[in-house]
Order: sequence, then structure tokens, then C-alpha cells
Amino acid sequence: MTPVLRLENLHKSYGALRVTDGVSLAVYPGECHALIGPNGAGKTTLIHQISGSLKSDSGQLLFDGRDITKLSLPQRSAAGLGRTFQITTLIPQFSVLENVALSAQAKSGSSFRFLKPAARESDLNAQAMSALEQFDLAGCAARTAGELSHGEQRQLELAMATVAAPKVLLLDEPMAGIGKGESVALTKTLSRLKTTTPMLLVEHDMEAVFKLADRVSVLVYGKIIATGTPQEVRANAEARAAYLGQETL
Amino acid sequence: MLATGSHVISNRQNRSIALGVGILLVLALTPYWAGAFGGSYVVSLVMKAMIFAIASLSLNLLIGYGGLVSFGHAAFLGLGSYVTGIAITEGMTDVIFILPMVMAVSGLFALVTGAISLRTSGVYFIMITLAFGQMLFFTLSSLAHYGGDDGLTLWDAATFFGTAFFQYDGGLFYAVLIILALCWGFVSLLSGARFGRVLRAAKQNKLRVETMGFNTFHYQLLAYVIAGMIAGVAGFLFACQAEFVSPAISTWQRSGDLIIMVVLGGMATRNGPLLGALFFVLVEEALSLVLHEWRLIFGPLLVLIVLFANGGLAGLLRRLGVEE
Repeated sequence: MTPVLRLENLHKSYGALRVTDGVSLAVYPGECHALIGPNGAGKTTLIHQISGSLKSDSGQLLFDGRDITKLSLPQRSAAGLGRTFQITTLIPQFSVLENVALSAQAKSGSSFRFLKPAARESDLNAQAMSALEQFDLAGCAARTAGELSHGEQRQLELAMATVAAPKVLLLDEPMAGIGKGESVALTKTLSRLKTTTPMLLVEHDMEAVFKLADRVSVLVYGKIIATGTPQEVRANAEARAAYLGQETL
Repeated sequence: MLATGSHVISNRQNRSIALGVGILLVLALTPYWAGAFGGSYVVSLVMKAMIFAIASLSLNLLIGYGGLVSFGHAAFLGLGSYVTGIAITEGMTDVIFILPMVMAVSGLFALVTGAISLRTSGVYFIMITLAFGQMLFFTLSSLAHYGGDDGLTLWDAATFFGTAFFQYDGGLFYAVLIILALCWGFVSLLSGARFGRVLRAAKQNKLRVETMGFNTFHYQLLAYVIAGMIAGVAGFLFACQAEFVSPAISTWQRSGDLIIMVVLGGMATRNGPLLGALFFVLVEEALSLVLHEWRLIFGPLLVLIVLFANGGLAGLLRRLGVEE
């Protein structure tokens, strides 16, 4: 099987600091590939490099059978690379519905339309509503996005990412800052989502990682030191020493 | 809940459309009510305010909906009026030729300066647009062949299919009013359409909008070009009204006035630019008639409105119940 997303020897340095030091990994169709590692390992930097909000120094990115290394952030998104952020990133003054409808708008025809009211495009609104239902936000559709609780905002981000039907989802700590109960619910939602959308998941919540991930890579100081099934990684001495040892598994 | 939400929104929308149409109607009747206040002098003042309203509507597209604080918007007033002035001086008087030329030149200037300015943001964007505005001001001042510093008197008036519709003692008042109404309607629709939605979203969170797959630069640049073209038309109307063009129309103070009109009226609102421009021009004039030191009052008045009327005059009206 060919991977839907492949990183080949990616590098990124800030001066002498090698934040990403020759990272190669692949995400296969139907798979949740988790990326774990201690704070400062360079996980978020790597997500930025893949999504295109940060330029890589060298290396290659293959996505959906094409080389996307030279594409810009919006071009990569338009090609089907979806993403959520570690720090919640929304259109705060738009309604919840409009946040998702705008994301749907990006995938449905040209947005260089100047006269017809976008808020009354029933097709966009219907797509947005069904994404909101999927993430239990249908009741909040008319509220202002900036006024939602933190947990609801995390859900909204996922709704915005999935309504665009991405070919791969990059999830940067979707569980960050949400309660225990919510994270259990979110894990369920993500495991449903996994069947349709392969994902690269950065997460500190080990319980969620080992429930969701088909494969796990351990990133330490910008280098991947182990990749394998959750069981293999759990058994890997180097990975344990670097990271997993801190937690009871 | 969704139904109620959109109901409230559309109700508010209806009221603001009604307010805008109401203002335009009062303006349309100016020649009738002006008699009570000083006749043709008031008509000419209202005409000036309406032309400023056209320019403010276009600037609201940038500042209000796009979050792009341009401090060089008067450059387009200068371009519009000089293209008009030069065309008439060279014997090309029909609006049918002048207006497309005005829009083409303003649009081109906006395309080039916008493409450069939009590489920056925040204070740098303000400074670079100011620099382009000043550049144009000095260029116009040095057009020795067309009057230089002193400006250029137009010995012929603009014709419209051979009629005097765009002449001061012809139908210019209604020409301005029609263009104002068209611009008001166009900017209202634009802000709610797909294009405007991307623009408004990019103002709040550019990274998010780019992550959705929109190249915000393209949308902002097009908004800059559209705004430049509309302001160019306002410049054209100033030339028609005064039958005289001068570099003074494109000074940075004028760009500042336009920003004040937009902020005063209420940014990112449908009627804010209308209210702001009318208030600015009319109150300035009224104060200067009553008081020699009118600036002592006008300045603090603007500051107070901006400070205490959240959302400018449009916001004030909304809270007073006119719009909601």
C-alpha cells in the first residue's frame, strides 16, 4: 500500500538548534499515526512544516501521490491536507455555523463571488450543520465562536477540519486543556473519524494515543527514535528511556 | 435556536437596510429641503459630503471588513480627479471615456501598490500606504504641464452622451447620488457574499483562513483594487463638481479625514461610512460658521464619539434602537 502522506528526511534549524533533524515517516490510508515525544521535541514544528505554515530547510513531502514540498499553506490545504491547532484557532466573531460554512465554502467552487449572500447558501449551511451534528455542536450553531467553552472550541476546530473532507488530518494535541470526560468522548469521535480519514496525531494524553493509534513514532530532539505498533513502542527500551518511562503504561 | 438566531440577524439586517435607504432618500430630496437652510450652498455641501461618502464606503471595505488600515486612500481621489482633469484638458470630455479610464488607472495603481503594501501588515502597512500616497501627491504637484502645485482649471465640462448630466449646473447632484447608492448597495452585498466573508474572516484570523485553503493575499489585493477604483470614481466626481483639480485633494491629511469618517461612522457597518462622511462634512461646516475656533470643538467631539460610541455613529444608532 502506498502511504497517503510521506515525509522524507525533513530538516529545520534555528541557528545551531536542529528542531527537525532528518525526520521521515509515513501515514497510510485508514491509519492513525501518533507522534509522541517530550516537550520541546519538535512535534508542533513538524506539524507546521507539513501543513506549510513553516518552510522546511530541506527534505521532501509527498502527499496523495504528488510532491507538495514547494506548495504554500493554502495550496496544501486546498489539496486536501486538513489540520487542527494546538492553540485553538477560530474566526472568533463569526457564528459557529459560519465558521464551518466558511470551511465548506473553501471546498465548494470559487469564492470570488461578489453579490449573492453567502450566509443564505443552503448547501454550505447544510454541510456545516451535518459536521456540527457529528461533533455535538448542532445546538450551538447560532452562537458566536469566541464565546464557546474551550472544549466546545476544540470540537468546533475538528468540525471545521472535517467538513472540508481532507485526505489526511494533522491533529496537534486535540485533547489539550479539556476535561477527562470530554477527552473520552473525543477519543470515541476520533476513532470513528479514523475509518474515513487517516490522521497524524500529536498528543500527550497516552490513554488516547494507545486507544487510537495504529502506529506510534517517538520524536526526541527532532529525531525519530522509534516507530512501530503501540506494543512495539511500549517495549522499546530507548523510547521508554526517552519518554514513556515517565508514565505508567 | 438556529432559526431564532438567523431571524434576529435578518431582522437587524432589514433595519440597517431601511436606515441606509432612508438616508439616501433624505439626500435625494436635498434640493427641496435645502431651501430652508441656504439653498444652493447647502446642495453643494451635501454633494461634497456624498462624494466623501463614496470614498469612505470604499475605505470601509479595507479598514472595516478587511482590517487593512490604509493611510494613503486619498491617492485614489487624486488619481481620479487628475485623470479627469487631464482627459478634459486634452479634449476628451465624455464621461463614457473618462470613467473607464479613471477606473483603469486607479485599479492599476491599486494593483501595483497593493501587491507591495500587502507584503506587510499592521503599522508597516499603514506606513507604506502613506508613503505611496505621498509619492502620488508629489508626482501630481510636479506635473508642470498640468498646473503643478497650483492645480488645473478645467475650461470644459464633462459631457455624458452630449448631455450635461455630469455638470454642476446640470444633473451632477443626481449623478453623484446614483453612484453613491450603487456603491452603497455594492459594498453591502460584497461584504456578505463569499468574497466578503473570506475578507472578514482573514481580518480576524489569517492563519485559520489560509489553513482552510484560501490564499488571503489574493482576496485582500482584489479588495484593495476594488476600493481604489471606487475612490478613483469619487475623485472623478470631485473634479466634475469643482471644475478644478489640485494636488491638495491627495494630501495625507485627506487620507486621515477618510479614516476618521470610517471610524466615526462605524467600521464594518453598512451605513457607517454614509453617517461618518455626512457628519464630518456637515458638522465641520456648521461649526466653522458659528465659531472661528471651531477646530477646538470639532477635534474633541470626534475623540469623544470614537471613545464613547462603541461602533461609531452606526453603533450609537443601533443602541438607540434605530437599527435593532
